Amino acid sequence: MKSGPMRIAALLAAAFALGAAAQPADQPPPVERVIAALDQNRIAITAGFDGTEIFVYGAIARDRLPGPQDADVGVVVLIAGPSAPVVVRRKQRTLGIWVNRDMEVIDAAPSYYAIATSAAFYDTISHTEDLRRRVSLEHALRFVGARSEGETRTAFLDAVVRLRRQSGLYVIAPQGVEVIEGTLFNARFVLPANIVEGLYSAQVLLTRQGAVVDAFEAQIDVAKAGVERWLFDLSRQRALLYGLMAITVALAAGLAASEAFRWLKR
Amino acid sequence: MQIYLPIAEMSVNALLLLGLGGAIGVLSGLFGVGGGFLLTPLLIFIGIPPAVAVASQANQIVASSFSGVLAHWRRKTVDLKMGLVLLAGGLVGSYFGVWLFALVRALGQVELMVSLCYVVFLGIVGGLMMVESVRTLRKRRRGAPAAVRRGHTWAHRLPMKIRFRESKLYISAIPPLVIGLFVGVLAAIMGVGGGFVMIPAMIYLLGMPTSVVIGTSLFQITLLAGFTTLLHAQQNQTVDVVLAVLLIVGGVIGAQFGAQLGAKLRGEQLRFLLAALVLVVCAKLAFDLVATPDELFSLSRPGQ
Repeated sequence: MKSGPMRIAALLAAAFALGAAAQPADQPPPVERVIAALDQNRIAITAGFDGTEIFVYGAIARDRLPGPQDADVGVVVLIAGPSAPVVVRRKQRTLGIWVNRDMEVIDAAPSYYAIATSAAFYDTISHTEDLRRRVSLEHALRFVGARSEGETRTAFLDAVVRLRRQSGLYVIAPQGVEVIEGTLFNARFVLPANIVEGLYSAQVLLTRQGAVVDAFEAQIDVAKAGVERWLFDLSRQRALLYGLMAITVALAAGLAASEAFRWLKR
Repeated sequence: MQIYLPIAEMSVNALLLLGLGGAIGVLSGLFGVGGGFLLTPLLIFIGIPPAVAVASQANQIVASSFSGVLAHWRRKTVDLKMGLVLLAGGLVGSYFGVWLFALVRALGQVELMVSLCYVVFLGIVGGLMMVESVRTLRKRRRGAPAAVRRGHTWAHRLPMKIRFRESKLYISAIPPLVIGLFVGVLAAIMGVGGGFVMIPAMIYLLGMPTSVVIGTSLFQITLLAGFTTLLHAQQNQTVDVVLAVLLIVGGVIGAQFGAQLGAKLRGEQLRFLLAALVLVVCAKLAFDLVATPDELFSLSRPGQ
């Protein structure tokens, strides 16, 4: 007579063997991996900085050639900037003029967020996977300590998304990933000039029927460089010195202008 | 040609800023005003955060008024003592103004405060100038001589009298101190030199001769704007040197063209034009306060 736990283990083993046998012989279990790279891992904000582009490219690696069974393969590329609290204010007409009245603090909102998918978003990744991996924008925004509720709350959250989408900081691009021959893929992202400094994360998710099969992660370091770096640091760390420098520059410019035009008039 | 502003943390067209600085320079050369009252709204309009616009503007005013005061110094049209009394009041006012600015910024009402101040002061000054210049223009047409405004004012009856030799005045120090204080607050919260308030006040309230008014006010403005810059840099960290330098370069070149253009026009006509310009800016700002904005929401970082 076999004991309970042992019988369960035997049953499980049998089920596993059955499952493996049920897999059709002509369709091997998809052992697929994603290999990806970024064209730059370091972005320097210098004096001439006017935004930049990030090119994400890669391949789906498997031990066979792509076939018709690969039609349900999808690629999601996600780039997210550092998160920070955001203050949202809403204007209201008060005594005839428009004044900032209601205010909400969004606890954390990514400073930059771009999602590109190879098909429509939920055709590429299932709701469950989206929830688990927190891919879509609504999962990236954290809004816990909300004072308002219901419609007002939604309106404030929507405002963050709308305003940041308008300024190019939030990008949602269905069909933004180009897949070539079921194997190669690439996506292009525009980072506007007003991005903030920090460590950005890049993620590539390979999905099959909406389920994530493999993932790739990388980081992008965005930092001010050169004169911009120096001036910014000085203004924060040695504010008094920075102020004195600003005045000296202005006085010198004023003196130079005055002398130059006196000389020109002569 | 794009250039990245390190403190404003945005990229702007350098030529646009040079052009703006130049255009304001032409006006300042033409009318003898700083032009800050026009530049700050324009900077905000092109997307510079108001706090950075106001603080960097103060830095730009140091350069433009310093080059002006040097010219007046050579002509000996600066009343040093009067300038220092005005400055004493101004420093206190500026300190209070920067503190007020930081407070209002935390409340998220900087834009409102700046706009309201502009509408009120541009409205008053522009209106008064308009009335005055129309009256003079009419009188001239009738052939009557322009009114000479001198003599005793209420400023003579207060205590703490000081003799201001260059201004040919023997008056109490209290009115100039109060005027300086008031201008100091304005300079800090509006990013202006305050000449457009101080010059009328010096002429009409203190009774100073017109010859020393501009030099003295420039002297006070240079030092006051320097102090304001320092305070903004220290307390709000909003002075963008790159922005200021672009405006300065455009401004000094523009001012020379303005001065040459100004020599071809008559005083009353100039004042009439300036009054019209001030009133137009005032009307535009007032309209923006009342008109329903396209976007009711705005985002900012906490503490800004």
